[in-house]
Amino acid sequence: MTDLTQLTLTEAREGLARKSFTAVELAEAHLSAIEAARPLNAYVLETPDQALAMARAADARLARGEAGRLEGIPIGVKDLFATEGVRTTASSRILGNFVPTYESTVTGQLWRDGAVMLGKLNNDEFAMGSSNETSAFGPVVNPFLPANWSAEKGKAALSGDKKGLLVPGGSSGGSSAAVAANLCLGATATDTGGSIRQPAAFTGTVGIKPTYGRCSRWGIVAFASSLDQAGPIAKTVRDCAALMTSMAGHDPKDSTSVDLPVPDFEAAIGRSVAGKTIGIPREYRVEGMPAEIEALWKKGADMLRAAGARIVDVSLPHTKYALPAYYIVAPAEASSNLARYDGVRYGLRVPGKDITELYEQTRAQGFGREVKRRIMIGTYVLSAGYYDAYYLRAQKIRTLIKKDFEDVYAAGVDAILTPATPSAAFGIAEMADADPVQMYLNDIFTVTVNMAGLPGLALPGGTDAAGLPLGLQLIGRPFDEETLFSLGAVIEDQAGRVTASRWW
Amino acid sequence: MSVDAATVRRIARLSRIALPEQDVPVMQAEINAILGFVEQLGEVNVEGVEPMTSVTPMALKMREDVVTDGEKAGKVTANAPQSEDHYFLVPKVVE
Repeated sequence: MTDLTQLTLTEAREGLARKSFTAVELAEAHLSAIEAARPLNAYVLETPDQALAMARAADARLARGEAGRLEGIPIGVKDLFATEGVRTTASSRILGNFVPTYESTVTGQLWRDGAVMLGKLNNDEFAMGSSNETSAFGPVVNPFLPANWSAEKGKAALSGDKKGLLVPGGSSGGSSAAVAANLCLGATATDTGGSIRQPAAFTGTVGIKPTYGRCSRWGIVAFASSLDQAGPIAKTVRDCAALMTSMAGHDPKDSTSVDLPVPDFEAAIGRSVAGKTIGIPREYRVEGMPAEIEALWKKGADMLRAAGARIVDVSLPHTKYALPAYYIVAPAEASSNLARYDGVRYGLRVPGKDITELYEQTRAQGFGREVKRRIMIGTYVLSAGYYDAYYLRAQKIRTLIKKDFEDVYAAGVDAILTPATPSAAFGIAEMADADPVQMYLNDIFTVTVNMAGLPGLALPGGTDAAGLPLGLQLIGRPFDEETLFSLGAVIEDQAGRVTASRWW
Repeated sequence: MSVDAATVRRIARLSRIALPEQDVPVMQAEINAILGFVEQLGEVNVEGVEPMTSVTPMALKMREDVVTDGEKAGKVTANAPQSEDHYFLVPKVVE
């Protein structure tokens, strides 16, 4: 029998329908692949018993002809989603052994449609990071080897300090690595400034951050509530659309989730893009951009043109202010969201002589460096005397960033094409001595989309000279994810998939 | 704008994060790197621009003013580091 973990979600669904294999066999194949890939550190918790029980139930429904749209499909869940009875940590020491007594709406909808949970996936602590290196569980290893590395060299580094091996991006680094390494057929992820799209670009996978409000945030550990959105990472554009269809939808428990019908996003795959107008924003041609990224971008435009789309130059004048404005808005919201970790109601408690010392010691020992710094920045920009200069100004600039997009869409542009990241994946520990802003620059092309609440799809457009994946990003009109899936499928058809071969 | 060591200590206190004295200089340098980065926002003319309050233009839904949840103190306190009879236990706060 072929290796079932090599299949795409779509192929696995067809195989299950044809009864070529069972959901239990599919789950077992993935569970053994996960076990063999433990050094990659993609999973922070494996749930084999639950996976097999869910797979058996899926087989029973398949046999009765009652299959849901994701019946028997094994997936991984970012450890930011609350899963009932299954430890959820946001990859932070401060949540310790937190075991939710409830299920997040998004994962609940996936189980409703028959998906099978393999386990919980690593991420940057509280989703704060672009390399998965801020996780309390340690870094995740990208299944793509650095240029000119042999499998032996990779294995040696994997059993050592992992230096030189590549990061899978972040914050959804466990999700992207697990999908790229065939440790699940799809994964849930979240995106506040690029945390779905940048890891997808670094691993040759496909990820979408839907329009703000498309997915319920209920039961997802909050980072910056006005920016956070859930979305899938998968092997292909169609797989991504299939997961999205289950994850999206109105939820009365999240007042910012939008009450709009959810289309069958898969129906958008294969739809003609002839006559669509695609904008190329000149402000994304940043100084020092590698020639490979520039070439990839042009290639992406050529592929869309070949399918009949019209390519036009557009201007988004406030682009350069998106990242600095984000580093006021996101920490400000984080500082208030993370106030709940007080050592009283759940998670870690470090005793103190009084309540204040209990708070201060718990938070000092429970949070990692990156999280502490962001909470402090947020506290500062919201503090008396600084609120107008920082937070209020940033929110005004956010209005201007959104208006840039509105103007372009009003002029008839259907979607915007940009690179997903300014470079291919970098090495573990490579950025350790850089100042924090250097790491933040990873999100320079993705963060505008969160600031404006728009949908953004990242998918592989090709590789660099070393064979590492490079990603393109398609940005859409609000609630028009369908056009992104149609355009993405056109690029995927021409560029093909970028896959890692197993060396670990 | 940049912050001095005293401001860093004050922010740590407001954030309820114990910051050992030897960590103050590094934190100060990192915060100042970020504040230096966001300084460019000062160039933007924001005259007459409304601050964003909701990224999607939508009115919040109203619901009936009725009890929809509750009676699950056991679940609420299930993850408490210390609890007794469905109460969270904390050090004495009132003398």
